[in-house]
Amino acid sequence: MSTANRVLTDEMIAKIRAYFPRYPNKQAVTVPALHVVNNALRYVPPEAVVEIAELLELAPAEVQDALSFYGYFKQDKPHGRTRAWVCRSISCALRGGEEVLEHMCTKLGVRPGETTPDERVTVEFAECLGACEYAPCMLAGRELHKDLTVEKADAFLESLE
Amino acid sequence: MSTFEPVLLANIGKEKSFTREVYESAGGYTALRKVLKEMQPADVIEVVKDSKLRGRGGAGFPCGLKWTFLPKDHPGPIYFCLNADESEPGTFNNRILMEDDPHQVLEGLIISCFATRATTAYIYLRVEYPLCFERLQAAIDECYEAGYLGQKILGKDFSLDIYLHSGAAAYICGEETGLIESLEGKRAWPRIKPPFPAIEGVFRKPTVVNNVETVACVPHIINRGVPWFLSIGVPADPDNPRDAGSYGPKLYCLSGHVNKPGCYEAPLGITTRQLIDDFGGGVWKGRKAKAAIPGGISMGLLTEEEFDLPLDFAGPGKADCLGLGTAAVVVLDETVSMIDFLHNSCRFFDHESCGQCTPCREGTAWSVQMLERIRAGKGRLKDLELLLEIGDTIGIIPGTTICGLSDGAAWPIKNAIRKFRSEFEEYIKRTNATGYMETEPVEALPIAAHGH
Ligand SMILES: Cc1cc2nc3c(=O)[nH]c(=O)nc-3n(C[C@H](O)[C@H](O)[C@H](O)COP(=O)(O)O)c2cc1C
Ligand code: SF4
Ligand code: FES
Repeated sequence: MSTANRVLTDEMIAKIRAYFPRYPNKQAVTVPALHVVNNALRYVPPEAVVEIAELLELAPAEVQDALSFYGYFKQDKPHGRTRAWVCRSISCALRGGEEVLEHMCTKLGVRPGETTPDERVTVEFAECLGACEYAPCMLAGRELHKDLTVEKADAFLESLE
Repeated sequence: MSTFEPVLLANIGKEKSFTREVYESAGGYTALRKVLKEMQPADVIEVVKDSKLRGRGGAGFPCGLKWTFLPKDHPGPIYFCLNADESEPGTFNNRILMEDDPHQVLEGLIISCFATRATTAYIYLRVEYPLCFERLQAAIDECYEAGYLGQKILGKDFSLDIYLHSGAAAYICGEETGLIESLEGKRAWPRIKPPFPAIEGVFRKPTVVNNVETVACVPHIINRGVPWFLSIGVPADPDNPRDAGSYGPKLYCLSGHVNKPGCYEAPLGITTRQLIDDFGGGVWKGRKAKAAIPGGISMGLLTEEEFDLPLDFAGPGKADCLGLGTAAVVVLDETVSMIDFLHNSCRFFDHESCGQCTPCREGTAWSVQMLERIRAGKGRLKDLELLLEIGDTIGIIPGTTICGLSDGAAWPIKNAIRKFRSEFEEYIKRTNATGYMETEPVEALPIAAHGH
């Protein structure tokens, strides 16, 4: 494969290869590799699937099969610069989580899973984020937003680059 | 209760509780030193067996017994998978342990690997826990520096590597064989058992899968001894040969409609009412409770009248719940609509079913569609029978599916409808006054588009 039109950069390839010694076979690096690419490109395009398969000595279909199972990875187009996961599971729903999710979606004109046209943010529903003592909550990037209200959600959206 | 001294949460709240320095200043890693100095793997297994420690991940399987299922004198490798996928709605105790006391988890894991002769351990960590990842990785690095990991640990003929492995937001990866498939780089389709992981697990090798809190108990059992562990909790019922007793401290997660949600350590067997009143500061807004989830949403529902049952491994079952599960208690106040509760539950399981068994895939999908129709004012009394039919026929307990996710989907349906039937009937009659007796097939409403 010519390097000119590769999707995976040398840096991504090095990161993926660094996982090899941890597992007895290369297939086990599939999900780590998907994370590397999704973190860098904010999605995993079909060309990347082929290139990952080549690195891991798998059929592209094997990588695609795993990719399509985990809804976490985007396939069609990149998610926003920030990805905001708003919890809709029971402890959060009991304290208004679904209303916050709906408010954010209405305000941005998107449905859960969709990205604003300026690629600022993708609003996602999450199933239990494991932070139910702070319900309702949202994970945006690495940051957990606790005891969410509509006002806090508005302030969060204002703060986005 | 008054003499109970928390051990699992003892370090939490201290400044920099996640560092090796703070952990060791409170006696951390003495259990590991003791084990490596004085004990053989079989001795550790014996101690854990004698303690009657039961798995904290949901099923309550005796931990030491599980370890004895590994083949004897296996040439290796044997793998250890630490189940840190914690995704059961209502549950966050593993997160707290990993964020605030990762060394406690690692000490337990290292001792457990020594006992089971595992030489590689993977911590399968859900991707939604970035702080756990950071703290665990830093703690793992500190362990290599201290000689607690790597080759010839503390000079003994014992080597171990621990790797973090991130999940990808799928609840089913918490099921042990789903976890194994996912770790192998495949879709997380649970495997038919047997073979059990102890015989053929990850990479087709003998594998131990344990929960984070389970292994965190191990150093305390080593340090404080078996009689200490057995002095806490609820003894086995002599009249019930299937009751293995519920010993030791337990982390209870309390959330929903209480004044002080949080993770609290108590002896196994505390009641829901004690948890709410003694730890949770009572039901919020001065309201009354209507029901509670006893151990993660999969376990079903206790009515308020059932709040005095002990939350030990046997207690919730006495009120027709599935079990203690993760001991995550979610309180529902008197204003909560059971229709909304059940809709939320069914929607979760529909979203998380891996889809490989038809009863689970179709049952979870139809249940959420029926609840959407009921909520849209098109419910029929017959729908309650149809929902119960799903509830009674999906799962490993009726024997129709590969894994327990569908039992988790079934129990909330069965408990909510059987325990709150009149509420469902009244809702349906009120919102569909002209059609509630209808019995002809009715079209499902199109389900709202999913985000992913
Ligand atoms: C659908 C499903 C999800 C599960 N999720 C988890 C989980 O997130 N964490 C966990 O430790 N166990 C989970 N379990 C239980 C595991 O299959 C397994 O029993 C457990 O990890 C064993 O550890 P233990 O014996 O230490 O409890 C789940 C089970 C099912 C059926
Ligand atoms: S019971 Fe459901 S989640 Fe479990 S293997 Fe079958 S389809 Fe998958
Ligand atoms: S239910 Fe929202 S974090 Fe657990």
